[in-house]
Amino acid sequence: MASDAQTTTEYIKHHLQNLTYGQHADGSWGVAHGAAEAKAMGFWAIHLDTMFWSVLLGALFLWGFRKAAKRASAQTPNGFLNFVEWIVEFVDDNVRGSFSHKNDIVAPLALTLFVWVLLMNTMDLVPVDWIPQIAQLMGIEYMKVVPTTDPNATFGMALGVFVLTLFYSIKVKGLGGFAAELTMQPFQAKNPILKILFVPANFFLEFVSLISKPISLSLRLFGNLFAGEMIFILIALLFSGGAVLAVAGGVLQWAWAVFHILIVLLQAFIFMTLTIVYLEMAHSQH
Amino acid sequence: MEIALLYVAGAVLLGLAGIGVGVGVGVLGARFLEGIARQPELLPMLRTQFFIVMGLVDAIPIIGVAIALYIMFAVVGG
Repeated sequence: MASDAQTTTEYIKHHLQNLTYGQHADGSWGVAHGAAEAKAMGFWAIHLDTMFWSVLLGALFLWGFRKAAKRASAQTPNGFLNFVEWIVEFVDDNVRGSFSHKNDIVAPLALTLFVWVLLMNTMDLVPVDWIPQIAQLMGIEYMKVVPTTDPNATFGMALGVFVLTLFYSIKVKGLGGFAAELTMQPFQAKNPILKILFVPANFFLEFVSLISKPISLSLRLFGNLFAGEMIFILIALLFSGGAVLAVAGGVLQWAWAVFHILIVLLQAFIFMTLTIVYLEMAHSQH
Repeated sequence: MEIALLYVAGAVLLGLAGIGVGVGVGVLGARFLEGIARQPELLPMLRTQFFIVMGLVDAIPIIGVAIALYIMFAVVGG
């Protein structure tokens, strides 16, 4: 617990508040103090903590994997090299298993998404108070360390995937082919008049399924990690309730962390797999 | 009255999410075991697919759980 003066509600809300940078109501630019101020900033505000941790972890991934790739040789590989090789092979197997067209971008994209999401999710396993407390000592009021518990981050990644699916849909099938895919199924007809009559219904169904892809992709990742974080915060509340509850809280924290490793890995894997599947759908002709 | 309604909303969310995921993962696990019993050599492939689908089934209820806990502890208290 941060301090005794805080109520549990304040504690939870404090943990769920991002460090937001944007334009204040009086026109000046700066960091928001409190949820109401952050909300007043509206659309043109940026979450500094999310950006910082996601970019830092992305850079860590690039640096580590580049280092491993440069050291790769025909001799016996050592620890970290083995690990990187194992991940690359794992992703490669998955891409070969579910992607059947020729495209050089899919496997690197899948690798990046998998390792990056995995690293961001792993931040959830750091005890919830450690980094925010350190940040508070440095004078930073709010600090949310898990980027994937911020819907902005997951929506950003899902939008990137969505743009790629649109791009390859149009590139592979042509604008006409893509439009036909949106309007000529699932209801099909031989009769040209009937075909035109089916267009609005088909377009509605296909458009909903097209839009639901990035939304479900991002909300799934966000929801799982947010739920995990929420439970960690609620367990952390036990530490303020005396010695017995604190011990129980420690055990629970550990137990939930062990269970959460499954979710952390699984959600990163699902994000990668669904990205591959969406790109495969974008490439396949009807 | 309104606070009581919020608690009921959270409880309904948790309960329905539990029912849904129970049925979903139950059917999924039953078919998984059936599949293994029929063709044990497919176990590695089936396990991967099982975990993918379990992650998909699991996602919505866990979001429900998070929202329910948020309502019960943060919205009601504030």
